[in-house]
Amino acid sequence: MSGARGQVHLWVVQRVTAMLLAAAVVVHLVTIVSAVRGGLTAAEIIGRLQGHEGWLLFYVLFALAAGLHGAIGLRNIAAETIGLRGRSADLAWVAAGLLTAGFGIRAAIGLYA
Amino acid sequence: MAEPASLKVSVWRGAEQGEFARYEVPARANQTVLDVVTHIQREIDPSLAYRFACRVGMCGSCAMTVNGRARWTCRTHVRKVVDADGALELRPLANLPVIRDLAADLTPFFEKWRRARGQFEPKDAPDGAVPADFAVVPPGSKARAEADAGIECIGCGVCYASCDVVAWNPDYLGPAAMNRAWTLVNDVRDGARAGRLEAVAGDAGCHSCHSTQSCTERCPKNLDPSSAIAGLKRALFWDTLLGRR
Repeated sequence: MSGARGQVHLWVVQRVTAMLLAAAVVVHLVTIVSAVRGGLTAAEIIGRLQGHEGWLLFYVLFALAAGLHGAIGLRNIAAETIGLRGRSADLAWVAAGLLTAGFGIRAAIGLYA
Repeated sequence: MAEPASLKVSVWRGAEQGEFARYEVPARANQTVLDVVTHIQREIDPSLAYRFACRVGMCGSCAMTVNGRARWTCRTHVRKVVDADGALELRPLANLPVIRDLAADLTPFFEKWRRARGQFEPKDAPDGAVPADFAVVPPGSKARAEADAGIECIGCGVCYASCDVVAWNPDYLGPAAMNRAWTLVNDVRDGARAGRLEAVAGDAGCHSCHSTQSCTERCPKNLDPSSAIAGLKRALFWDTLLGRR
């Protein structure tokens, strides 16, 4: 993650995750709107997600994209506003992004299993 | 608009530290901002430092901050920038060290052109020899059209002084250097595409651009450095994604 090469990779990851999120957020919002019709219950959510590989894959990708996209965005803001730059800062941001994604993935697996 | 009888001109005096001096300059028809500065130096205070050469918008020497906005002063009519009260505020270009008064030091600006590999590196004659034959470049080709869109830069530094990213990150190459790099990336006679794309990649290069387009908005030659930088990003995106770099 050092030098311009790593910076370009972070930028490419952010753009690719943005494309994924554009689609994922639409699916997410449509799901929310249709799911809350007639009230929201735990049983209904588990009924929709448990044992469905398609939804598991969707939420794993969604969480991964959101975690990385957000962390790289915060990295850019921190670099420009408080001058937080460099290899160790970049690695810390990627770790924060993966950790955030991990929470989401853990929840998705929990609802699938 | 009512023409004021005289202009009340505030001029930056000093270097990084300094203050505004106030001068009263007679208003004239078709007067440019550079005419006003020249009047002050010749008629009022010969110690005023500023820079100009051609006076016709070719050389890129005379850019200053005029009422808070970077402009080429030789082609800026006073009536376009002054209200009925006749107030004019002149500073040196922003984002650059100040030598004295209205003269900014453009060394960092041109140093970044060098860092962005802004010099033509001929494919056919890397040792500087003259190629045996002329290169055939179809003027209507897409690459040539991209290059043509950016080659009229006069190096005045207006875009660089107007760029927020330069203000945030002193290492950032800036619009003019990357506009130059993009013209060369699209020059089919040039042989340094890969190295040049590496030179403009990353946080000090095109990937920090926010596309707020102050450079494009303020370029006195109506060039579009913002689109040039977007072109560099696009080229690097596909090269990175497809493993071509």
